Amino acid sequence: MNSRAFRRGAVAVAAFSASAIVLAGCAGSSGDTPSSDPNEEITLTLATFNNFGYTDELLQEYMDENPNVTIVHNKAAESGDARANYFQKLGKEGLADIEAVEIDWFAEAMQYSDLLAEVPESAKGRWLDWKEAGATDGDGRLVGFGTDIGPQAICYRADLFEAAGLASTPDEVATLFDGDWSNFFDVADQYKTATGKPMIDAANSVLQGIVNQIEYTYTEPDGTVIATENPEIEDAYNLVVERAVPNSAYSGQWSDDWNASMANGEFAAMLCPGWMLGVISGNAPDVTGWEVADVFPNGGANWGGSYLTVPANGANVDAALALADWLTAPEQQAKTFVNAGQFPSAIEAQSDPAITDSTNEYFNNAPTGEIFAARSEAITVTPFKDANYFKYHDALQNAVNRVFDGLEDQTTSWNTWVAEVEAF
Amino acid sequence: MTATDTRRPPTSSDSPPPRGERAPRVLSFSHKLSRWDLKFSPYLYISPFFILFAIVGLFPIAFTAVISFQEWDLVRNSGTFVGFDQYIWILGQPQFWTALRNTFSIFLLSSVPQLILAIFIAAMLDRNIRAKTFWRMSVLLPFVMAPVAVALIFSNMFGDNHGLVNNVLTNIGLNPIPWHKDPFWSHIAIATMVNFRWTGYNALILLAAMQAVPREYYEAATVDGANAFRQFWSITLPSLRPTLIFVIITATIGGLQIFDEPRMFDNTGEGGPAQQWLTITLYLYNIGWGEFNFGRAAALAWILFIIILLIGLINLFITRRLVRDEGGRGEITPRRRKRVQR
Repeated sequence: MNSRAFRRGAVAVAAFSASAIVLAGCAGSSGDTPSSDPNEEITLTLATFNNFGYTDELLQEYMDENPNVTIVHNKAAESGDARANYFQKLGKEGLADIEAVEIDWFAEAMQYSDLLAEVPESAKGRWLDWKEAGATDGDGRLVGFGTDIGPQAICYRADLFEAAGLASTPDEVATLFDGDWSNFFDVADQYKTATGKPMIDAANSVLQGIVNQIEYTYTEPDGTVIATENPEIEDAYNLVVERAVPNSAYSGQWSDDWNASMANGEFAAMLCPGWMLGVISGNAPDVTGWEVADVFPNGGANWGGSYLTVPANGANVDAALALADWLTAPEQQAKTFVNAGQFPSAIEAQSDPAITDSTNEYFNNAPTGEIFAARSEAITVTPFKDANYFKYHDALQNAVNRVFDGLEDQTTSWNTWVAEVEAF
Repeated sequence: MTATDTRRPPTSSDSPPPRGERAPRVLSFSHKLSRWDLKFSPYLYISPFFILFAIVGLFPIAFTAVISFQEWDLVRNSGTFVGFDQYIWILGQPQFWTALRNTFSIFLLSSVPQLILAIFIAAMLDRNIRAKTFWRMSVLLPFVMAPVAVALIFSNMFGDNHGLVNNVLTNIGLNPIPWHKDPFWSHIAIATMVNFRWTGYNALILLAAMQAVPREYYEAATVDGANAFRQFWSITLPSLRPTLIFVIITATIGGLQIFDEPRMFDNTGEGGPAQQWLTITLYLYNIGWGEFNFGRAAALAWILFIIILLIGLINLFITRRLVRDEGGRGEITPRRRKRVQR
């Protein structure tokens, strides 16, 4: 569910070499012609990826309430596979009754919003405004059920901060980082002076953080491309290259080296959305000292999150809408947070005791529910992302990578990006 | 039907019979059937392959050509005709030319050492050694491994900071190699994966060809006093010609389509921030399955097809010239005929 998921490669390779087989081997939704009989036996398929927290127990609860429904849950290994599958079959046959869509490629799916069923009126208003706005198309149809969001906080190694002579308790660190991005980089400079090591994990995660605070990044709603002329983007690029690159251990995230480095203290802090906590504790299970501070440079930012969609040509659209409605209702969102740490996008769920009282043992019993609720409130800007967003951003990340790797200097790399973007 | 029956028609055509007495040319139905049987059955028997090939081979190729002239929308399954625009766009991309360079570089770095090594290994296995089957099977073992698994393991070894190779290098006091930064070194790393997997396979094919060389040649050469190297050069290599052509052509096609290894070389699978190890197929994949721009991807697929065709032809030509039939037992070439006549 996190963006740019870790191992996009392996299965994609398989998908490429066997795309014909994939086309043939679709797990079509069973059930015959749509019928109005509410007690008819139906089987609903639910397709997700990574871990949405939809455990068998949770789904059984729904099946107990609706004895005529059987739910089959198919999990793709990660979001990239789900994306390829989704666009291959959308508008044709073979998609599940409910398909999960990640925010990274949700804009692409929104191009085909007419092929998706509309969210029932009763569910509207359940989600945070920006979450709901993101799933509403030009005709005002809401076609996605929001699941989780990714409000970002800062994770840091208390022991390394202390060794560098910096503040180390979560409250002190929250004060330390309170401010804009240059304050964040000032602290990184201090850390580097004290230890000689970079403080930040990856330059591109900083770019991600900054860009997610810009409303219009590469394109405007009317389709105008502003990527290369947008001063905010150029500033973000320059800021990252000048200040984040020297202070980062890696250029980008998710490489083998990056995964391995989480345990050995190569860096001391990273920007982390709720779902990142699991990545850290998973990569460095034996390390003590990781903590999470309720702060983010320059306010708040969201990274990641997903939606559930119901393809309009499915066999059991009404039943599927009812299930998606139930799965994304506040009560169930609170449960999935407990199950898998997915921070809810439903407003009511955020004040659910299951969330406000939750703590994370690995992060020194930090009140993570409370922290991410506060981080969610701090989000003021909703970046506009159209279908091409990902392409532009990916190319800009590569521009930062080139500088980080010493392949090109700041200006050359920017110009390469401009040339690349203009060819789109 | 007797022999005389079959011979009659020509005679009758020489002197046409009187009107009304003409021999009936229309044969009985069962006769017809057996004739059709004779004519069409062979085609019928081989048709399953060709029908299957038409469905899963020819049709996709033709349809790719159709898509390549369009701005294609995968989801809505429709497109607008744009002529050669997609081809022009591809050829105008610096990434395409970088990808072409990388593909050839990786192809040469893998194929050449791979073939030399494969011939060497095959020559070794062709000698009288103990536990023959064991050695032959061991050589083939890497081929059994899934390419993605190989790529994953090697990518781990070639990690810039925590990779096995660089750890060893730094431990003995050398500078670490920038595997994921420098184009050349990334090509070496990828070529290594390819070589690891394919050398044994090619060695076995070449070994099979070597085994087919009659032993008398070697005996005669030994009697003539030719040493092992001379025997290898003058008997083994020329005898391998047809097999070498096959191996080189398959290696070319495989090498130009290299995908799994560069795809798995880093976690994004995009060929590096400055396209250091972007290959044509990887570029094609990223355009098609990354951007869902199937018009451009189809155009690139056709460009790749044409490139492979050209290289295949050049290869065939060069291989024919390089590995001459000298010393072989094959048909006499014009040059040798001259020599014989003299």
